[in-house]
Amino acid sequence: MKHGWNRDTRRHFMNYFMSGAALVCVIIALIPLGSILWTVIEKGGPVLNYGFITGAEVAPCNTNSQANCHIGGIGPAVEGTFVMLGMACLIAIPAGIAAGIFLAEYGRGRVSRTISFLMDVMSGVPSIVVGLFIFSALFYYDAANRLHIFSAYAGALALAVIMLPIVTRTSEEALRTVPNGIREAAWALGIPHHRAVRKIVLRSAGGSLITGALLAVARAGGETAPLLLVAGNSQFFIPCPPGQNLVSCLDNPVGALGPLIYSWGSSPYSNQIAGAWGAALFFVLIMLAISVTARLILYRRTQKMGM
Amino acid sequence: MEYQQSNGVHPAKIRAVDVSAYYGSKKAIDSVTLDIPEKTVTAIIGPSGCGKSTFIRCLNRMHEVIPRAKVTGAILLDGEDILVQDPVQLRRRVGMVFQRANPFPTMTIYDNVAAGLRLNGVRDRNILDQRVLRSLKQAALWDEVKDELNSPGMRLSGGQQQRLCIARALAVEPEVLLMDEPCSALDPIATAKIEDLIYDLKKSYTLVVVTHNMQQAARVAEFTAFMYLGRLVEYDRTQKIFENPAEKLTENYITGRFG
Repeated sequence: MKHGWNRDTRRHFMNYFMSGAALVCVIIALIPLGSILWTVIEKGGPVLNYGFITGAEVAPCNTNSQANCHIGGIGPAVEGTFVMLGMACLIAIPAGIAAGIFLAEYGRGRVSRTISFLMDVMSGVPSIVVGLFIFSALFYYDAANRLHIFSAYAGALALAVIMLPIVTRTSEEALRTVPNGIREAAWALGIPHHRAVRKIVLRSAGGSLITGALLAVARAGGETAPLLLVAGNSQFFIPCPPGQNLVSCLDNPVGALGPLIYSWGSSPYSNQIAGAWGAALFFVLIMLAISVTARLILYRRTQKMGM
Repeated sequence: MEYQQSNGVHPAKIRAVDVSAYYGSKKAIDSVTLDIPEKTVTAIIGPSGCGKSTFIRCLNRMHEVIPRAKVTGAILLDGEDILVQDPVQLRRRVGMVFQRANPFPTMTIYDNVAAGLRLNGVRDRNILDQRVLRSLKQAALWDEVKDELNSPGMRLSGGQQQRLCIARALAVEPEVLLMDEPCSALDPIATAKIEDLIYDLKKSYTLVVVTHNMQQAARVAEFTAFMYLGRLVEYDRTQKIFENPAEKLTENYITGRFG
């Protein structure tokens, strides 16, 4: 009897101990996240306002020793980031979803397995190498004055190359989670496969496709390295005088948040350092918003499907 | 296996002649020959893995959607070999209901039933409305869903979902309806409803029902085929199969000695 009581006590103790240890591990894992968020909010919060986000950049100066030294704004970098991300989405999301459809619905055997594998390798390529690739690929176009290395287009291409394997793999996975019974039901009604894919399978996968695309946007949006090489890191808004069309306007250097934080954060001028914190907070909030939206769509989708 | 004629009262809608089916190099059905009479219910029974599902999947060429699967022999629908026809066209004439109810998850009840017509190019709202109404009535589901045609098909209960799938299959007006264990995931009440439905449907359609439930075969089918290890052992009127089978193997299965 006593022996049994001892064993129970030990079991309870172990249970509490292991639960406690797991909790401690969770807290340890959350400390860097909390610390980063706290620091960024503390230092960036006072700077962040609408004028800061949309305003023009000002010359570097020291707020302590110089009169009339303002922090200015990060408008050009915000503009450049969104323009490049938008163009990258236009390229990578349709292409990636199409590739995912091919892999999940048409590709069979060695070809599709090879492509899947290559996509995994591609998503593992360091982003600075993607930047170098775009740089070298556009070199002769730039020399011929046709498409410039330091332009929104070049930055968008680099981001698209980063997004493409992510969109492809997540859409492939999303389509594979659609039960085969759905496809069979469509075929049994005499619906051709391509129409079944477009009208039924894609819609059934809808939420996961959007989530995959948004996660790719969050990943590409946070990229800094390739943009250091190709986008141009302009301090000015995209110059687009009346009479010039948008297509040629975008062939100009643009700013971007990542490179801006890099250069301001390592600057000796206090207005740029303060601005870097504000830009960092804005950057984190945007990426967080995209990720949370992605999760929410997925969550609501799974609720609706009753899964 | 000898070539077996169904009795002469009903003309044959489908004639399977020396049909073998393969998964890769594995032979799942070994030269099955039988006639399925028009506007009757034919049941296919047999233990798990005997090839009964594979066989009816051959009848609308759904077997061939599986990688490396193939079919040999001839399957005649109204005298014409379906194995040389366009499978997409064929499946509009030979519909199918699956073991697990599989309504399209993003569609409403109405859209589920209309899906086959819409995705084959029918746009006319009047025609769609009429067909949806008629198919839901034929599937004995109309009274239960008439006020919620725009709610998702996935909201329905399991038995209702299966009847929704039957309505969806009927909406494209097939001549033959294949049912692959349509009640195996349903409770007895839902099963009884589907069985009543099968009984009604044979007035207008030729039905082939795969079942591992022998009582079900006895209740709904005029003709019953018994398959074992990929071969057709016996095929006759249901009453004959259950009361006086010609083959010892059939008798052993019917009386529950194996399976």
